[in-house]
Amino acid sequence: MNRASDVGEPVLGAAAPAETRLLRREVVLPLFALVLLAFVPIVGSAFYTEVVTRVMILAIFALSLDLLVGYTGLVSFGHAAFFGIGAYAYALLSPKNEAASLWLTLPAAIGAAAIAAALVGVFVLRTRGIYFIMVTLAFAQMFYFVFHDTDFGRGSDGITVNFKPDLKLGDITLIDLGNSNQFFYFVLAMLVAAFLFLRTVLASPLGRALHGIKVNEHRMLSLGYHVFGYKLASFTIAGTLAGFAGYLSAVQSGFANPEILSWHQSGNVLLMIILGGTGTLYGAIGGAFVFALLEQVFEALTVHWQLLLGLTIILLVLFLPGGLSEFVARVIRKPVREHADDE
Amino acid sequence: MTNDAVLHTEGLTRRFGGLVANNNIAIQIHRGQLHAVLGPNGAGKSTMINLLSGDLRPSTGHIFFDGQDISGFSADRRSRMGIGRSYQKTNIFPTFTVFENCRLAAQSREPHPARIFSNALSYRTVCEAAERAIELAGLAHRAQRHANTLSHGEQRQLEVAMVLATSPNVLLLDEPLAGMGAEESARMVELLQRITPDHGILLVEHDMDAVFAVAKVVTVMVNGEVLESGSPEQIRGSAQVQVAYLGAEDEHHG
Ligand SMILES: Nc1ncnc2c1ncn2[C@@H]1O[C@H](COP(=O)(O)OP(=O)(O)OP(=O)(O)O)[C@@H](O)[C@H]1O
Ligand SMILES: [Mg+2]
Repeated sequence: MNRASDVGEPVLGAAAPAETRLLRREVVLPLFALVLLAFVPIVGSAFYTEVVTRVMILAIFALSLDLLVGYTGLVSFGHAAFFGIGAYAYALLSPKNEAASLWLTLPAAIGAAAIAAALVGVFVLRTRGIYFIMVTLAFAQMFYFVFHDTDFGRGSDGITVNFKPDLKLGDITLIDLGNSNQFFYFVLAMLVAAFLFLRTVLASPLGRALHGIKVNEHRMLSLGYHVFGYKLASFTIAGTLAGFAGYLSAVQSGFANPEILSWHQSGNVLLMIILGGTGTLYGAIGGAFVFALLEQVFEALTVHWQLLLGLTIILLVLFLPGGLSEFVARVIRKPVREHADDE
Repeated sequence: MTNDAVLHTEGLTRRFGGLVANNNIAIQIHRGQLHAVLGPNGAGKSTMINLLSGDLRPSTGHIFFDGQDISGFSADRRSRMGIGRSYQKTNIFPTFTVFENCRLAAQSREPHPARIFSNALSYRTVCEAAERAIELAGLAHRAQRHANTLSHGEQRQLEVAMVLATSPNVLLLDEPLAGMGAEESARMVELLQRITPDHGILLVEHDMDAVFAVAKVVTVMVNGEVLESGSPEQIRGSAQVQVAYLGAEDEHHG
C-alpha cells in the first residue's frame, strides 16, 4: 500500500547519484506546488482564495489522519470529533462583542483536542481492526450529540463568532486574520509547518516505532515495545493536529456547528487520504485538493454529484490501490528505479 | 528451594481445548549454557518457547526469571527484562531494510519515545548495536536491502540478527537453522558457541549434528511432555529416546 514511504528508508553512507536525483525530484515537485499555491491570492479571485484556504485547512486535517492510518495502521472513522472539538473550543471561548486573542484560544483549542484524544484513545485503542473503526465512530457520534443536543453547544445551529481572533504582539497586529489574503498565507504556513512537524516526528524514534507497529505489531511487542503507549501517543498527536485544523476552520467560517464533527466529515477525510494514498504525507495533501476539485466539478455537472464522486473514488481505488501518490511516485521514480535495482 | 537458573519453570502446562500441548514441564536454562530441545513435530517445543516469551499464557504452572515469578508478565515486558526470542515462522518487517529491522530491534533498548524532534539515526549506540548484530548474523552485505527481497535463508539470518540486536541475556531460538544453507548454518553454530559463555540459550532445533555440537544439555519432548533430559552423550545413548524419537526419525530419513 505505502510503497512510496517504505522505499524512502534512509540509506547510511554516501548517497548514490540515483538517490540524489530521486531526492531532487522529491523536493522539486512539492516546492513547485508550494510556489503555485503562493500565487493563488495574487492571480485568483477572493472567492478562490477562500476556497483554497478551506482546502488547505482540510489538508492539515487529512495529514493528521495519515499519521494514524498511514503510519500506525489505525483506521479511525471518528477523526472529525477532534476537528470539531478544536472548532467548538474556539467558538465557545470567543467573546460576543470583541475579538478573542489567538494566543489564548489556540492553545486552549489544541489542549482540549489533545485531552479528548488521549482520553478517547485509552478506550478505543483496546480494540483493533473493524472494532476499532466502529468504536471510533461511536465515540465521534457521542461528541456529535453532546454538541447537538445540549445547551452547552447551542444545538444544531451551533455557535457564531462575530470577530476574527487577534494575532498581536503587544499592540502590534502581526497578521490580520480577517484579511482573506493574509489568512491564506497564514494557513499556507501552517500547512507547511504541519507537514514538516509530521516528517520530523516520523523520523524520530517514536515515528520509526509507529511505522514498525503498522507493519508488524506482534514483532514490536516481542522486541519489547510498549505498543499501547505508542499507539496512544500517535492517537493523541493526530487528534491534537486535527483540533488545530478545526480551530482554523472555525476561524475562517466564523462558526462551529455539529455538522463539522459528523460522521460524514470523518468519512470524507478518510476518502481524502485513500484517494491521495496513505503513508506518504504528500498523498494526504494531494488527496484533500483532488477531493475538493472532484466535489466542485461534479457539483457543477449534476445534482447527483455525490453518486459520481463515489463512483470515481471506487474506480480510482480499484485501479490505483496506492492512491494518487503511488501514481506520481511511479512516474517520477521510474527511470531512477531501473538504475537503483541493478546492484 | 534455591535455583541458580536464569530462567526456569515449574509445572508449566498449556492446553488448547482438549489438547495438552505442554504438560507439567520443568526446564532450567543457565547462564553460559546452551540447552537444546528436541522432539518430533507437534511435540510442543514452540508452545514452550511461546510460554517462556509471553506470547502465550500458561494454563497452569510458573515461570521464573532470575528467581522472580514472571508468569503473568506481558511479552514486551519480558523482552525488556532481557528475554529475547526468534520465531520458527519468520517474523520480520518485510518492507523495511535489513538495517532498519535491526535498528528498530536495538532501539527497543533505548526507546526515547518523547524525543520526537530527534532523528532516530542520530542515536549512535542504537545504530552500532544494529550493525554489530547484522555483522554477527553474516548479513553485512545485505544491510541496505529490503527484507522482502532477501532469500529465505537470509531472512532466517535476519530473524536471529533482530534478537541479537536487542542484547538479550537469555535467547529462545525456535529452529533458527531451518531453511539456512550449510555455510550459514555452520556460521550460526559457531556464533552460538561464541556467545554462549555470557548468555543463557534455549535452542529448539531439528538439526541433530548442530544440536550435539553445541548443546551442554539436551531435553527431548514428546507429546507435550519431557521424555528425557541430560547431556548429549546420555541422550544419544538413551534407549527410550531411540525408540520414541531418534529411531523414528531414522526410519523416516532412511
Ligand atoms: N494456537 C494454537 N491453538 C491450538 N493448537 C495449537 C496452537 N499452537 C499449537 N497447537 C498445537 O499444539 C501442539 C504442539 O505444537 P507446537 O507448535 O508447540 O509443536 P512443535 O514441537 O513446535 O512442532 P514443530 O516441530 O512442527 O514446530 C500441536 O499439536 C499443535 O497443533
Ligand atoms: Mg515448532
